[in-house]
Amino acid sequence: MNLHALRLHQRRTFLTQSCRGVGALALASLLDRRAAAAPQKVEKWKGVVTKPHVPPKVKRVIFMVMAGGASHLELFDNKPELAKRHGQQMPESITKGQPIAQLQGSAKLICFGPQWGFKKHGKSGQEMNELFVHLPEVADDLCIVRSAKTEAINHDPAHTFMNTGSTVSGRPSMGSWLTYGLGSEADDLPGFVVLTSNGRGGQNQPIAARQWAAGFLPGQFQGVQLRSKGDPVLYLPNPPGVEMGQQKDVIDAVARLNELQNAAVDDPEIATRIAQYELAFKMQTSVPALMEFKDEPAKVLEMYGAKGPDGSFAGNCLLARRLAQKGVRFIQLYHRDWDHHGGIKDGIKLKIEEVDRPLAALVKDLKRLGMFEDTLLVFTGEFGRTPMSQGGSGRDHHMKGFSVLLAGGGIKGGLSHGATDEFGYNAEEKVFPIHDLHATMLHLMGIDHERLTVKFQGRDYRLTDVHGHVVKDILA
Amino acid sequence: MRTLLPVACALLFAASAGAAPPPVDFAREVRPILSGQCFQCHGPDEKARKAKLRLDLRDEAIKSGTIVPGKPDESEVITRVCSTDPDARMPPEKLKKPALTPDQIATLKRWVAEGAKYSDHWSFTKLTRPPVPEIQNPKFEIRNPIDNFILYRLLREGVEPSKEVDRVTLIRRLSFDLTGLPPTPEDVRAFVSDKSPNAYEKLVDKLLASPHHGERMAVWWLDLVRYADTIGYHSDNPMNVYPYRDYVVRAFNANMPFDQFTVEQLAGDLLPKPTKWQLVASTYNRLLQTTEEGGSQAKEYEAKYAADRVRNFGQVWLGGTLMCAECHNHKFDPYTQADFYSMAAFFADIQEPAVGGRGPGTPIPMTAEQEAGVKRVARDVLIAQAKLEAAARVFAESEDAFANVEKWPNPNPGKKGPANVVVPADVKAILAKPSDKRTPAEVGRLAQFARDNAPDLNADRAALATATAAKTAFENTVPRALITIAGAPRTVRVLPRGNWLDESGPVMTPKTPGFLPPLPPLAAGRGRYNRLDLARWTVSPENPLTARVTANRLWRLFFGYGIARSLEESGVQGELPTHPELLDWLASEFGKKWDVRHLVKLIVMSGAYRQSSVETPAVRERDPMNKLFARQTRQRLDAEFIRDTALSIGGLLNPTVGGPSVKPYQPPGYWAALNFPPREWQKDTGDKVYRRGMYTHWQRSFPHPAMVALDAPSREECTCDRAKSNIPQQALVLLNDPEFVEAAKAFAIKTIKEGGEGGTDRIQWAFERATGRKPKVGEAVILIQLLRKHEKHFADKPEEAKKLLSIGDTPPPKDVKPEELAAWVSVCRAILNLHETITRQ
Repeated sequence: MNLHALRLHQRRTFLTQSCRGVGALALASLLDRRAAAAPQKVEKWKGVVTKPHVPPKVKRVIFMVMAGGASHLELFDNKPELAKRHGQQMPESITKGQPIAQLQGSAKLICFGPQWGFKKHGKSGQEMNELFVHLPEVADDLCIVRSAKTEAINHDPAHTFMNTGSTVSGRPSMGSWLTYGLGSEADDLPGFVVLTSNGRGGQNQPIAARQWAAGFLPGQFQGVQLRSKGDPVLYLPNPPGVEMGQQKDVIDAVARLNELQNAAVDDPEIATRIAQYELAFKMQTSVPALMEFKDEPAKVLEMYGAKGPDGSFAGNCLLARRLAQKGVRFIQLYHRDWDHHGGIKDGIKLKIEEVDRPLAALVKDLKRLGMFEDTLLVFTGEFGRTPMSQGGSGRDHHMKGFSVLLAGGGIKGGLSHGATDEFGYNAEEKVFPIHDLHATMLHLMGIDHERLTVKFQGRDYRLTDVHGHVVKDILA
Repeated sequence: MRTLLPVACALLFAASAGAAPPPVDFAREVRPILSGQCFQCHGPDEKARKAKLRLDLRDEAIKSGTIVPGKPDESEVITRVCSTDPDARMPPEKLKKPALTPDQIATLKRWVAEGAKYSDHWSFTKLTRPPVPEIQNPKFEIRNPIDNFILYRLLREGVEPSKEVDRVTLIRRLSFDLTGLPPTPEDVRAFVSDKSPNAYEKLVDKLLASPHHGERMAVWWLDLVRYADTIGYHSDNPMNVYPYRDYVVRAFNANMPFDQFTVEQLAGDLLPKPTKWQLVASTYNRLLQTTEEGGSQAKEYEAKYAADRVRNFGQVWLGGTLMCAECHNHKFDPYTQADFYSMAAFFADIQEPAVGGRGPGTPIPMTAEQEAGVKRVARDVLIAQAKLEAAARVFAESEDAFANVEKWPNPNPGKKGPANVVVPADVKAILAKPSDKRTPAEVGRLAQFARDNAPDLNADRAALATATAAKTAFENTVPRALITIAGAPRTVRVLPRGNWLDESGPVMTPKTPGFLPPLPPLAAGRGRYNRLDLARWTVSPENPLTARVTANRLWRLFFGYGIARSLEESGVQGELPTHPELLDWLASEFGKKWDVRHLVKLIVMSGAYRQSSVETPAVRERDPMNKLFARQTRQRLDAEFIRDTALSIGGLLNPTVGGPSVKPYQPPGYWAALNFPPREWQKDTGDKVYRRGMYTHWQRSFPHPAMVALDAPSREECTCDRAKSNIPQQALVLLNDPEFVEAAKAFAIKTIKEGGEGGTDRIQWAFERATGRKPKVGEAVILIQLLRKHEKHFADKPEEAKKLLSIGDTPPPKDVKPEELAAWVSVCRAILNLHETITRQ
């Protein structure tokens, strides 16, 4: 065991113990105190991976979930053979014995061809729905994985699986793992932030707060939702009639009283508590400032197609960039309304209108700011949709093959990776399980997915469970 | 150290005489190495086993030749871990396990040299009552046998226990621990001035007898059984289970024996003539997460539910990780995959929809009035039914009754039905016969047809419909619960790799894990075991786990740590108990009569419990994790109790025990991402918003955000030990949540009215009310400064004062100046935010 491994082991042990009673920060400071034997300033959590396992390529992740299950067959996975067989029965050899969602009990499973044409763009010839106008401008920056597969066919468990690597509730989500592993560079913001937006089509599937829960990790690693309506962070505004000055007075009094108490009982948790009140107070000013786009030039707003911080996907993409600038480690966007059981043709048009411009803008803007190279962008549904028709105008949930779009530092731009079969049903070539997405994401952050573990229930848990491979093919 | 016990003397003597160190302790020193580094490939899981070698069983290890007792140099176990050849060295590099340290290798060598003796894992061995160690001339007071065990170890380690804590801290600690509420200043003063020798015991008894004791214990239990008010998955709609919470509170308040408590929850419905509360207890089996999501596949969810139940049972009662055997044999413990599914088979009789709404559940009358009412409406329906049946019979037997049958109007035409009744072919055939040739069965069929259709019986039918509607209406006013209803068991198969689509696995019948003591033989005529058998086995004296696991968790409630720290894992990979004899002694004391209160009282009466929690640098240096229990543990209160404490200090707390969940303040829009249907939180009004935190509606997908900030779990899975974090969201909640601001307002009003005259007196009064003690001068000065500054501020800005005082449902009193009251709100907010206020010391 080298020194690093030993330290990792120690930190891990302490954190594990901290899960059973005392805050990890406090414990860390307690340890420092044992060495220095003098009260110390509470330090920001720096993560258990003090030395990267592999050279990190990116510092942060913007993870965009097209909630409801975006159709690969209408976005990135052109299937001429499926179009040819439109209206014919799906071969039973493909569908027999396969899990199926709302099409359970259907007498016949009918091929349903892609509802829009596809076009190729850029030097790389990235193929995407003909409706995309802006995304083609950055086609050569995108890596489109066309062979993803997941393990759950219903929204709720599929999100849980996408976020935690397991369909069983209670495991930490990706953002929690990353902030646990690496800490955050943000000073007055949480390291893991969640933004949600709704669509206009009325198919808004529920998204549970468990999707950004820390699971068995301590609460400091949970995602914090930034909201465009109501308080941007829950309980952020002062009580009515209390201005920042009076709030500060109260917090100062609490701090001074806590310090006196600490002098009497010498409890590291008190020092941590004082620091948390300071941080809370800072958030009270930093978060509203962040949520207002006053300092953004009009042309930037226009590039995203954002009217302002209105909670739209466009607004959230710009907000994500602002959070990235502040050093937030993991920024997760949920854009809802992709559950096209019916009316997929018109539905997908609405969705492409919503995401096309902001998605392209995010790439361009990060490049403009020199941040593209140290940011990982991921764009995916929790699953894909069936090549079979549902009710003649829609598609059902599908887990055996769908597309994931990646871009940013360490990612090979202009790459098309893997393929589904000619129906778009099974991921067939270079199959890309979600555990591999997780392993690759951690790899880009400098983490060996097999070494970022936490002991719980007597077992070393990790984001990739007992699976996962780094997909070297998609790495630059 | 003047009071060394003989053993320690002997040890010291032996050590000083240069004798060999004590033999290696397999459980403490060796098994953790083997389990952590080797069992993954050389342990109980047959499928994962490499080189056909298993090291978890001594005989197998020796037979394979990898361990040669007494000869470490000939034992491959040793040579392989020492090897410098990367191809030969264990554990192999590809597992990414750290190589063994020189210390670990030395331990293994010594162990093999000493004969490679194995011992059984502590929690799996039969529970026997260890003798209480004797301590002669103790330097410290021994209050009960717990102290003998604790002191024995401390003396061996050369560590002194902490002094008994001051009485103020002690009563606060005890009140929080036993009721989740702070003591009133009057309680504190009474206890501090009570000079009688049994003052403390009187206090313990008083708090144990409080109806809030059951609530405090319930918060612990509800985390374990994952109690929540909603189904969890997807739409996360409400489910009717709150009577179960009442049951739990009642059970702890009545000090129900834990064996009965166990049996009623797992199988109350299977008891002979179950009582109402036994049926309610069986709601335990319905607390899991379920789904209504369209497109969910019944078989998949049946498998999920089965696994969920086994996971929870294995955690709650066996304190271990039986769930790890869902896809393969357990890697470290002797649980097999077959064990997992034969445990699942116990629960296969529980009737429920795999996918879809849970329904309202069974009416559970809670009051005598409801009880009488439920009986009355049920009887009314029976009477109306009987009347209709009788009339139909008479009708069917009368001549020519059916003469105009084709013209009878259709009683249920609906939107598209025919205007006249459709006479079924069999009825027509009967009517074609002369009336005296009809068999009794045929007359019965005619009566049935007439009952449902004959115009002459309209009035009787209407009477039945009215009675039925009245029954439904009345039952809707009565609480309902999703009790367990047993039926024909579903087929349970071993699912290879946990895959529900794979039907190749063998069918399993109910059976307990093979390595644990067996169930008693089935009585003649009984085809299979059921949940009642499981429940009785769980609390049988032979079961080594339940008493240990529960005693350990009870200890955790009062010391902040378990005796075995990993409360969720008592198996091989869990942490060993720091005081194994004490744990076994407590477990056997507990298992004698399963008397929860007896054990709780024993723990809080001990001298160990009453120690100070202040860490001296020396103790911290020696034992940073408090593994010797040479001090108490300072802990932030649980989420619910922080809320309760603020409300209680503010005088707002509504102390009602039990009843439906309530909805206090919650930020608007917090449920925006819920759907099917979309929902907005409807805040309750009146004193419902001041109920204890444990009664707040528990929405699994969006638990109350103030509770989440303070580490309350989602209750999707079993929580054995809440994490205790210290994060900015907690400050935001305590500073800004209207709940806490309103509590501060009420506290301020109370302070002005009851705290005497003048700032200093009132600050003393308020500070004492929140912390139990008078502020020191320096502390009072800080608060006075805050008061003066804010009096001035709010005098300059009276409209701001009014805004602040508008918070909450209760209007501010008219006889206090708004600017004065607002300044006191600031002071009270500061006091409610103190670390001391929310900490049990």
